[in-house]
Amino acid sequence: MERFVDLTLNGVTYGMIYAVVGLSLVLIWRATRVLNFAQGAMAMLTTYIGATLIEHHASYWAAVAVALASGFVLGGLIERVVVRPVETGPVLNPVIVTLGMLVALEALAGIIWGGGLRSFPAYFSQVGVVVGKHRVAFSHFDIYVLASIVTVLVLLVVLFRFTPLGLRMRASAFAPEVARLLGVRVGRMLTLGWALAGVVGALAGVLVAPKLLLSPTFMDAVFIYGFTAAVIGGLESPLGAVVGGLGTGLALSYVGGYLGSTLEALGALAILMVVLMIRPQGVFTRVTSRQV
Amino acid sequence: MDVATVPGVDPHGAPRGPGTSRPGLVPPSWGWVWKLRLPRQPMLRHLVLALGGGAVLFGVTSVISSYDDYQVAQIGFTAVAIAGLSLLTGANGQISLGQGAFIMVGAYGAGLMLVHTTLPVFLALFVGVVVSAAAGVLIGLPASRLRGPYLAGMTLALAIGLPALPLKFSKTFAGEQGLSINPLQPPGTVDPQRWLAWYVLAAVLIALVLLGNLMRSRYGRAFRAVRDDEVAAALSGISVARTQVLAFAVSAGAAGLAGGLRGLATGGVVPDAFSVALSISLLAGMVLGGTGSLLGAWWGAAILVYAPQWATSVASSLHLRPGQGSNLALLFYGVVLVVVVLLVPQGVQGGLRQLAASTGRRLRGDGAVRSEGVSTVKPTLREGEELP
Amino acid sequence: MSKMKTSGHRRTAGTIAVLCAAAVVVAACSSSTNNASTSPTVRALPNNTQGVTSNSITIGATAPLTGPAAPGYSEISPASNAYFKYVNAHGGVFGRQINFTVYDDGYDPSKTATLTRQLVLQNNIFADFGPLGTPTVLQVKDFLKTEGVPALFVESGCNCWNDPALPYTFGWQPPYTVEGKILGQYVTQHLSGQKVGYLYQDDEFGQDGVKGLDQQITGSNVVGRQTYTATPQALAAGLGSQMSALKAAGAQVVVMYTIPAATVLAMLAAATIGFHPQWVISSVGADTPTLTGLLAAFSHGAAGATLLNGVISNAYLPLLTDSSNPWVVGFKKILAQYDPGAPWDGNTETGLAEAYTFVEALQAAGRNLTRSALVQAIEQHGKTFASPGLVPFTFSSSNHFGMQGSEIVQKEDGGLTNNVVSPRLVSTLTGPISTESSPVSTPPANFGS
Repeated sequence: MERFVDLTLNGVTYGMIYAVVGLSLVLIWRATRVLNFAQGAMAMLTTYIGATLIEHHASYWAAVAVALASGFVLGGLIERVVVRPVETGPVLNPVIVTLGMLVALEALAGIIWGGGLRSFPAYFSQVGVVVGKHRVAFSHFDIYVLASIVTVLVLLVVLFRFTPLGLRMRASAFAPEVARLLGVRVGRMLTLGWALAGVVGALAGVLVAPKLLLSPTFMDAVFIYGFTAAVIGGLESPLGAVVGGLGTGLALSYVGGYLGSTLEALGALAILMVVLMIRPQGVFTRVTSRQV
Repeated sequence: MDVATVPGVDPHGAPRGPGTSRPGLVPPSWGWVWKLRLPRQPMLRHLVLALGGGAVLFGVTSVISSYDDYQVAQIGFTAVAIAGLSLLTGANGQISLGQGAFIMVGAYGAGLMLVHTTLPVFLALFVGVVVSAAAGVLIGLPASRLRGPYLAGMTLALAIGLPALPLKFSKTFAGEQGLSINPLQPPGTVDPQRWLAWYVLAAVLIALVLLGNLMRSRYGRAFRAVRDDEVAAALSGISVARTQVLAFAVSAGAAGLAGGLRGLATGGVVPDAFSVALSISLLAGMVLGGTGSLLGAWWGAAILVYAPQWATSVASSLHLRPGQGSNLALLFYGVVLVVVVLLVPQGVQGGLRQLAASTGRRLRGDGAVRSEGVSTVKPTLREGEELP
Repeated sequence: MSKMKTSGHRRTAGTIAVLCAAAVVVAACSSSTNNASTSPTVRALPNNTQGVTSNSITIGATAPLTGPAAPGYSEISPASNAYFKYVNAHGGVFGRQINFTVYDDGYDPSKTATLTRQLVLQNNIFADFGPLGTPTVLQVKDFLKTEGVPALFVESGCNCWNDPALPYTFGWQPPYTVEGKILGQYVTQHLSGQKVGYLYQDDEFGQDGVKGLDQQITGSNVVGRQTYTATPQALAAGLGSQMSALKAAGAQVVVMYTIPAATVLAMLAAATIGFHPQWVISSVGADTPTLTGLLAAFSHGAAGATLLNGVISNAYLPLLTDSSNPWVVGFKKILAQYDPGAPWDGNTETGLAEAYTFVEALQAAGRNLTRSALVQAIEQHGKTFASPGLVPFTFSSSNHFGMQGSEIVQKEDGGLTNNVVSPRLVSTLTGPISTESSPVSTPPANFGS
């Protein structure tokens, strides 16, 4: 029983990270209809920036703030310079462009900071809290991760549903021509979407680095599972990304715990296939019938 | 220009003039060169291209060095993998990030035959093709329900998850250590790498001719119809799901051939060799070479094989530490991907076609534009879209 | 309409038949049945002097300079190169300068296959020196043998390098099974009666190590065997489930056959669930500088490196902090001068030590340098090579393993101090464990200057 509890908590902890990554992917998809394969690599870069500040004796919170800010700048910059020219045209081209960015960013990090592993501090204790007589696999740091993610989710929902800016962003995504006619600076809204996604991604990097150790490729697998989470939840729905992330984290934890770690990735594949067979557009996408 | 008015030339073919005594002899003129066309009938056209290309490649591989021959073999099997992907993604519009998984299936299929039986090599390769085509059907069935990013997600999960199978069933698949495949035995004193190159090129050219014919047949038209407008295709009587499964099966079969040849070339089949990076690089190669084009598959394969090596040598000539050097090479590779897609979005083959078309127009001096059209992948319909 | 269709089909069918026939002809011409060859014949090495000129020797290697296996391992080959530069600066070997080319295979065996062919067919290397990895080098072992290229001192402890079918391939570091036996004996002797759990990498490395452990540790004492795969995906999910399984099984000792990244992930996961067993870690994953750096930031900087206190490990090279050891002093000087910026840790120490052995082999092969002379030199004189290793080499014509022993150390002071808690022990894959009595060799005077 204790094993099950530990596995569940382990799954929830990692699942929250996947949820955050999935969330940033959903943001970008909703804004520009592009799958950003470089999302993990962008988060890696901003985390390295934070780590460098900490090595130069900055405080944890200052470093996190700078990491988030650089995520904002990086996301906006990449959209404006690299992705904007390929947003229209063949669907594959933005995929390749973001893949190219993935390779380039990882190589850049390797050149600047070397390929070695680094640690990234966690402001809160990572030792599990004591509940009753047992120490469970959930620490103060995990509580902090949960709180951050819930905060971000709430802020995003508020932004999109209740603010004029959010309305402008949604309009730019779904009906750009009409939005332009109404005076919305569509281009800027797209860039803002990417910038926000950059902040969310940077947060994911900072939250997961204490657990996983920093290296140029440390976000690769996190990105893949976050991508799985976004696809399962439906790329249109932020809530779907969160639920998908938790589901993925739990599933991987159980499969790895009870069936052996070799089968973890296969487990993710099986779950993805089952979910997509039942709901081909993800669980939370509202399906409208097509008029012929 | 009326032939009859040209002095010295009889409209009936017998030139009058000094030096010609025998009727029926026409002095050589080279105007016919510009009028050469490939045969119209697709099968013949592809055969001519394949044989011509094969002859050129045979000549080239016979004179270049041993290692260059090995690289030609690499280009060969990479090209057939990209061609399969081009058919699936370019012609049929299904984005697949899992081509590497099918390559693995074919590699193990052919490899197990080579290690445990006495089948001749080409039969073992054939088994690999059949096994991976079957896998393609298995994956194509659920995949036919998915579109766009959801399909991409499923195929990505396939690319990551499938290499875990040989590790789990390590008794059959020789686990981490992998299968050890003996190299081809060349006849006589032919260099082994050269023989490998010829063998691979022969197999690949045959496969490409078949793929090309398929693309021109009614099945190919069905692929493109489903890609362009599913609803219209369904209304014309094409079974959308069946077409998509067929596309998956054919694409996987091509990948299976690539896998078997790759196992022969590298001398073994290990699970670590089929990472996600392989699938991603094939996708990149396809786009760089020109999506939907079989000739483009060759360009993409050449870029994939030569670019990293070239980048490494540039970095080493800058006398960097080896680790820094290869990071620089990777950085260069990533930047090239981005820049090429931004500047030449139709890929190398598309760019060449436009160049050839405009040059041909100028040379022929006529205004007719012979546009073959470059295959493009149309954006998928956005389903479930509504203003919240 | 139908007539056209039929004739079109007939034509297509006909041409397909022609193509298939052509394929059969081509295939039949290639006389390939490709069955596994049965007898390994040692023939005279082809191209016996490839890569050797009157003033240079060209060697090469493949190593993971980028990618998931790069942390730590990417430092080994550059450190070897530093030693070669030192030797070159002092006149080389019999007047020949050593040119060492390292290609990055990213731990991908298919890249290893391509790059090794490039090294052999294009760079014309004399020998493949210190290629890193088990699945990577296994992919090219047959090619190297066919081309007659010696694969010297493979950077892997797999049992596979001592293979009569690979007559020009040599190991260097202790095989994982021998290490496992020595670690296992320590557990049985000093931690008797305690319940033992294993965490090991699910490939040759971990499995070979466990073979050795199982020879020494009674099966009934082993309460849990957990594995992990060294893929980025698997490591990204952490090792929490494995650690909680071992905790639930009541393990009091956990023996780890892990790479450094996995060691740290395991220790972090265990600390999170309040699991504090006696850690016993094989040398591969126990390099202190690598580990302390990674654990330092654990939990707000506190109690990070102290996780390493009491860790048992094995060592076969001088301790990094032993400043009285002339090897250590000399190597540090060479590294500082010829590879500045490289850290002094277990990886660079390995790279330098291996390069030292290679140069010794070159010198033993004599002025008339050929591949067969080099192979013979190692087989006949390898046992007497001076080396920083704590145990001597065991090279012979029937054994291509290098060192086959270790001593046990226990870490203190956050891993900064290593206390030696056992004598130097040697063994073989199947034989008993005995104490090594011959003295440790010393380097020449003024080594490193």
